[in-house]
This record gives sequence, structure tokens and C-alpha cells, in this order.
Amino acid sequence: MKYAYYPGCAAESSARDQHASSMAVAKALGIDFVEIEGWSCCGATPGHQTDRVLAASLAAANLIWAQAMGLDVVVNCAACYSRLKMANYEALSHSDRRKKIAAAIGRDYDGKVNVKHFMEVLLKDYGADALGNACTRSLAGLKVASYYGCLLVRPHEVTNFDDPENPKSLDNLISAMGGESLDWPGKVDCCGNSLSLTTRSDLVVNLSDSIIGMAKAAGAECIAVACPLCQVNLDLRQMDIKKQTGRQYDLPILYITQLIGLGLGIPEETLGLNKLVVSASKIIHAVKANA
Amino acid sequence: MMIRIKRGQTGKGLLNTVAKMSGVDLSVCYQCKKCSCGCTVAKHAQSPPAEIIRRLQLCAGDELLNNDLIWTCVSCETCFARCPMGIDMVAVMDALRKLALERKATIPEGNVPLFNKAFLKTVSIFGRTYDLAMMAMYKIGTSSYTQDSDKLPVIFKKRKLALLPSWSANRKIVQRIFKKARQNKEL
Repeated sequence: MKYAYYPGCAAESSARDQHASSMAVAKALGIDFVEIEGWSCCGATPGHQTDRVLAASLAAANLIWAQAMGLDVVVNCAACYSRLKMANYEALSHSDRRKKIAAAIGRDYDGKVNVKHFMEVLLKDYGADALGNACTRSLAGLKVASYYGCLLVRPHEVTNFDDPENPKSLDNLISAMGGESLDWPGKVDCCGNSLSLTTRSDLVVNLSDSIIGMAKAAGAECIAVACPLCQVNLDLRQMDIKKQTGRQYDLPILYITQLIGLGLGIPEETLGLNKLVVSASKIIHAVKANA
Repeated sequence: MMIRIKRGQTGKGLLNTVAKMSGVDLSVCYQCKKCSCGCTVAKHAQSPPAEIIRRLQLCAGDELLNNDLIWTCVSCETCFARCPMGIDMVAVMDALRKLALERKATIPEGNVPLFNKAFLKTVSIFGRTYDLAMMAMYKIGTSSYTQDSDKLPVIFKKRKLALLPSWSANRKIVQRIFKKARQNKEL
């Protein structure tokens, strides 16, 4: 299995742990990630909020390079995933938009490169059962709240990732590794990250508090995420939640690739688990004890 | 909800412009308000999304561009996902954001346009985002130096952010895309 890998900007900064754990998991499972040479930013939320043609062109440029590689694209970041898929959607459904994108890039893009989130690769191409069999440690006894957030599942017409209201993809991966995936109401709520760096972070704290509170109430020992923006937000904002509300959750927010890596017996330093703000040491010890 | 319309205002509103920019037919909205019920930020803003559509249908003019939902919206896509008529509300909001900037409407607390500008500035230079430069630009612009500064020790201790920008992107193409956008007055 070979894919053109689009790391996304966070992979070089705030989500180096997600990047490292994904690479380690892929390597352990024999999945080949070939980085798209010279890849550039997808435009993220500021891109489409500013101009839709600009946003689609920034994303499509990367897909043109991937097309030349003749491979499907694999992405880790939910926001990049959404923007790349949106570029496909716009190129395929609006001929006028496709012309404008071509004029901006200087080359036509047909919208036909297959874009997959790494979780889709694991579930659909590799298989959840095969992943379970590859694990050397079980996640037995670990209660995990799988958090999907917005951009993996919405809009369904564009991402076609899973059920937009009650997705189960991450839950199925957790179950396949022997963990207990929880049924909880916050799965597809938004953490408000696009406002996180602005002076409206009060709103973001409020939204994160609600999500973490729901996970905790469901009995979660950790939240598994698949998006670097959700991770940083839910992990780092627990400090603010404590200050503003007095509630101290101490709930570790792990990338699902870090949990999978633990199951596969990959050393925790390789998985970047030391980068988490809320320590996951209890979980690491528990999983190690399951060997 | 009662919406007052000024005499003589009908027929001169933003509706057609927004419909054309977003490619969305807003006449199909029958105000079921599923978008408003699911909206992540409605309770923190002046108006929920369904009200924005109703105001557009009732020929709201440029005054609608001052509504703070335009910049409080986090583009979470819940409204679009739940609309029984398939209205792409995110495209509508993107169109309203563009118009709000073009027509110099009031920008509420948070100054999202400045954040977006700082973000895209680093992309136009490096081809990829450069978090530190983007944050510095926004903080200088909003004089919000102390906000979130309590998190700096842990951010640096855990080396959460890259100190230097990446130079590996194909900057030529990215700069061409930005240049074209400026030529078409999209930026």
C-alpha cells in the first residue's frame, strides 16, 4: 500500500507528534507514505473565509502534484482533509470554478485525485481486524471517547467520511484494538478552534469545556482525536477552563495514531506522547501492562 | 422573531449579490431553523443563521453586514450538514464576509479579518503557515499581548511550535495564486 502523503502545515509545528506517530504507525503496518514534494498550505479556514477561488486553488495545486505521482493522497489533519476534498468537489461540480482555479494555478485540475484521511486508509484499505491482529498490546480496559469534530464528517456531500451525526470510524478502530469506545453526545460538536488565536478565546474555552465535560461524564479516561487543531485546543484549553470555571478535568487528549502506536508496541518517545500538555502517563502504563 | 423593514428598502438588498457570489438559491429556505438549533455560536451572536437568511429574503441591505454572526461563525459546517434544502450556509457566510470587508462594515471584537490576513500573509511568503509570525502580526494589530501568554512556558517547554519557518514549499506556485487573486481583486 502506497500513498502520496500531504502532511499539512501543523505537521511541522504544533502537530509534530501527530506526524511522528502517523509515520511510525504507517511504517509498522507496512504502509508507504511518499511525501508530496514542495507541498504547500491548503488555505485552511482563513482561505475560504477570504476567497473561495484562492482557497480552492491553494488546495488544488497540491492535488495536481499528487496526480503526477499516480497515487491516492493520505492526510492526517481534518482541516486539510476538508479543504482538499472541497477543491475536488468544486472542480467537479462547478465548471466555472474549475476554470478560475486553472487560471490561478496555470494548469487545469480535473478534481479526480482520491483524498483519504489516514483513518479511512486504516479502516477501509488496511482493515480494522488486520489492525487488531497487528497489535502486540491490547487497549483492554481503556475507556476512550472518540472525538470527530467538524471537518472530518461535515459537509457529508464533500467529505463522505462517515455518518455526519453519529460517526463510528474511530470507535471501530478503538474496539478492534480491544479498547472500550464510549457512546457520548459530543462526538461531532465543534471546539471553535478557528477563533482560538483571536481575542474571542472566551468562546473557545466555553465550547471546549462543554466537550470535555461530556466526555468526562461518559466515563472517558482519554479523548482520541484525529485533528491537530482539536488536539491543541482541547489539551491546552484545560488550563483556561480551570481558571474560569474551577473545573479541573485532567483528561488526556491523544491523537488516535498515538493510541494505535501504543497498541503496536511503538516506544512512546517515537509517538511524541511527551508533547501532550495533560499527561497520558496513566494510560501509557495501563496499555503497557496489557502486553 | 419580528423583522422590521424600512419603507422603500425592498428590492434593493443584498440578496441577489449574495446568491450570485455563493451560488446558493436562498428562496428555498422555509425557516425550519435546524441551522440555528445546531449552530455552534448562535447563542453568542446577534442573530442565528436562519435569521440571516430571512433578512436576506426580506431585502436586507448593507446594514446586515454589521451583524456579528458573520465573524463569530467558526465555519463548523453544521448548518449546511443539517439543512433539509441543502443550502450551503457556509458559502453564504463566506460571501457575506467578503462583502463586509469590501464595503467596510463594522468588525466585531475578535478581529477575525486581521487573523485571516496574518495567516494568509505567512502562506503567501513561505508557501506554508508560520505560526509565530502569524501570531505576532495578529497580536501587534490587536494589542493583545498578554492574552494566552500564561501558556507560553508550556508551549516552549513542550516545543509545541516551530521556531523557524519552513522553506520547502513550492513558493512559486503559491505566489502565483496569490498574485492572480490580487489581480482579480479577490484579496
